[in-house]
Amino acid sequence: MSNSLDAYLVLSGILFSIGTFGFLARRNAISMLMSIELMLNAVNLAIIAFGSFVESLQADSSVIALLVIAVAAAEATVGLAIVIAIYRNRRTPLVDEYDTMRQ
Amino acid sequence: MLELVPLIPALPIAGFAITALIGRRLGKRASVIPVLAVIAAWAISMAVVYAVLTHQEPFGEAGATIALWQWIPAGAFHVDIAFHVDALTAALLIVVTTIGMLVHIYSIGYMSHDPGYWRFFAYLNLFMFSMLLLVLADNFLVVFVAWELVGLCSYLLIGFWYRRRSAALAAKKAFIVNRVGDVGFALGIMLIWSQLGTLNIGEVIERIGELDSVVVSLIALLIFAGAVGKSAQFPLHVWLPDAMEGPTPVSALIHAATMVNAGVYLVARTGAIFAHAPEVMVVVVAVGIFTAILAASIAFTQTDIKRVLAYSTLSQLGYMFAALGVGAYTAAIFHLMTHGFFKGLLFLGSGSVIHAVHEEQDMRRMGGLAKKIPITYATMAIGAIAISGIPPLAGFFSKDEILAESFKNGFLWVWAIGLLVAGMTAFYMFRLIGLTFWGGFRGPREIWDRVHESPAVMTIPLILLAIPSLFIGLAIGFPPENGLLHGWLEPIFHEARELLHLEHHEYQVFGIDGALLVASVAIAVIGIVIALRLFGVEFPGLRGQARPEAVQRLSARLPFPYRASLNKWWFDELYDLLFIRIGGRIAAFLWWFDRVVVDGTVNGVGVLTTDAGRGLRRVQTGRVQNYALGIAIGLIVMAGSYLVIAGR
Repeated sequence: MSNSLDAYLVLSGILFSIGTFGFLARRNAISMLMSIELMLNAVNLAIIAFGSFVESLQADSSVIALLVIAVAAAEATVGLAIVIAIYRNRRTPLVDEYDTMRQ
Repeated sequence: MLELVPLIPALPIAGFAITALIGRRLGKRASVIPVLAVIAAWAISMAVVYAVLTHQEPFGEAGATIALWQWIPAGAFHVDIAFHVDALTAALLIVVTTIGMLVHIYSIGYMSHDPGYWRFFAYLNLFMFSMLLLVLADNFLVVFVAWELVGLCSYLLIGFWYRRRSAALAAKKAFIVNRVGDVGFALGIMLIWSQLGTLNIGEVIERIGELDSVVVSLIALLIFAGAVGKSAQFPLHVWLPDAMEGPTPVSALIHAATMVNAGVYLVARTGAIFAHAPEVMVVVVAVGIFTAILAASIAFTQTDIKRVLAYSTLSQLGYMFAALGVGAYTAAIFHLMTHGFFKGLLFLGSGSVIHAVHEEQDMRRMGGLAKKIPITYATMAIGAIAISGIPPLAGFFSKDEILAESFKNGFLWVWAIGLLVAGMTAFYMFRLIGLTFWGGFRGPREIWDRVHESPAVMTIPLILLAIPSLFIGLAIGFPPENGLLHGWLEPIFHEARELLHLEHHEYQVFGIDGALLVASVAIAVIGIVIALRLFGVEFPGLRGQARPEAVQRLSARLPFPYRASLNKWWFDELYDLLFIRIGGRIAAFLWWFDRVVVDGTVNGVGVLTTDAGRGLRRVQTGRVQNYALGIAIGLIVMAGSYLVIAGR
């Protein structure tokens, strides 16, 4: 356990960047959902880190983190449901082939 | 008595409505309702006129108004449907309803073979309503509505035989030329409203003195523009001769006796406005007397019997405007009345002639008809003598009064031209009589054998119109300048004449007035004698041969005036050049400008937008990850710039 806030924020930033990169670069919808989870958790880590290092944020941070976890769960559920629905229609998990909006 | 006034226009409009709705099914009986409606309207009018002219209650000296309902209430401004009856209205009522009634009766015979019988009578009744509304209304807006309605009826009736191309074109021409004047009238009404906030004619005349003299002049000029259009004065005179394409009863009623007088009536009614603008009065005089001599010169050589009468109408209307312009309001209305009767008579007579020679209108193929159609001949001869100004017939009194007044009011040039026109009038009228009724028949033999007098339903109106043509001048205009008519109309025009500082001179039989009278009779006699020498005469006890070779020699010796007169001074050609060719070019250029520059700009904006959209459409790939990349980059840029700004 490091006693420095910076270290947590750097870790959080690295995780968020990995998530962003994954979301932008991976063509598979499932991978993209996983990348979103990674970004959400990176944010959660940052929030918790702020909570434990900044006195006045202690109570709020936990609440916000719990809220984010709940949102993440809901998002994963809905997201997976959508991906499965599209997969049944288009027979592919690759998002760059989902181009109906273009026409 | 006042309560009966609304019935005068109401009866013809009811007749119109009934005939228009069920006339087609009535066949030859379609004329019964319209004719009865007009006869009833005539009877009521005569009763009203009598009450007005004898100053009975409630009319008194100034006349009375009956308000029916508020048509346009808008706060302080309101337009009422109200009828104002005074001596001027009464004078017009006499002419309109009497001639209207006789023309209706005449039409029973004249139109009897026409398939559009019921349509004709429906239009005639609509016209009667409109014309009566025009003379009765006490509000400029109502007058304007009636003004347009008579114009519409004129259009419908000129184009009555709409299958004939020339009739359809003439109707269109009349309507369009009238529009030019009507724009002026409409602008005048708007100007009055914007300046005074009321359109009630009485109130406007009362308050016109409050206005700036330039504004008053403009109002007078604009009203006069309307009058010029409707009364076919120069430069808008070109529609009236072509209007002769309509059936002859229409020419008699609308284009000689009533509608074309509307302009004269309007200027007389608003005489006080004109009196406040003396410079406009000069315009009125100039336009009037110029039209008079222009039209008379054209009438010299026309060969269509109705066209001669049409140009004569123009010329006489010019007289009336000249009279209005010199301040001789009473004389103008006097001439309006006498002219209505004798010109209505002449037109109905020409219709009877045309009927007799089987729809031939060219006088070169007539001649010698006096023997075959004596009643028509006698009545038309009376009309011709009346219009020529031979005492004691109607035209003499009114025409002499106009000439005398212009002389005494200081318009010597008007008097001189007017005198010349009087001589010309006498000449071309007796040319018409000579070519039509005297000498030998110049048409085909088989037509001559079948020439017959018109039925009684047509000759009786002729006789009934010949009576006022003979005596109305004597009855209401004698002694000169002091007759019955002057007693009736003097109070109405008193204010305007006072503004113009016109004093009433004592009439001097053995002085200036006697001399003027002799001059105007002399010139008429000279005109007649020349015509009789050239075109022959067959009066009892006075015989003379026509001399066509002398006529030809004369026209050959004066080639320019002859050709100018024959071609109506090329006005139609001039307008064709000005408005059809040059105006058409300008319109074509404006169309090009509109198409290329205006539409081009608008379309350019549209094309630019679609092209921009087409370009930007590439951004919308439909791929989620591209959008996400956009969001991410946007976020980074925003966060980065926040950091940079916050870091300062």
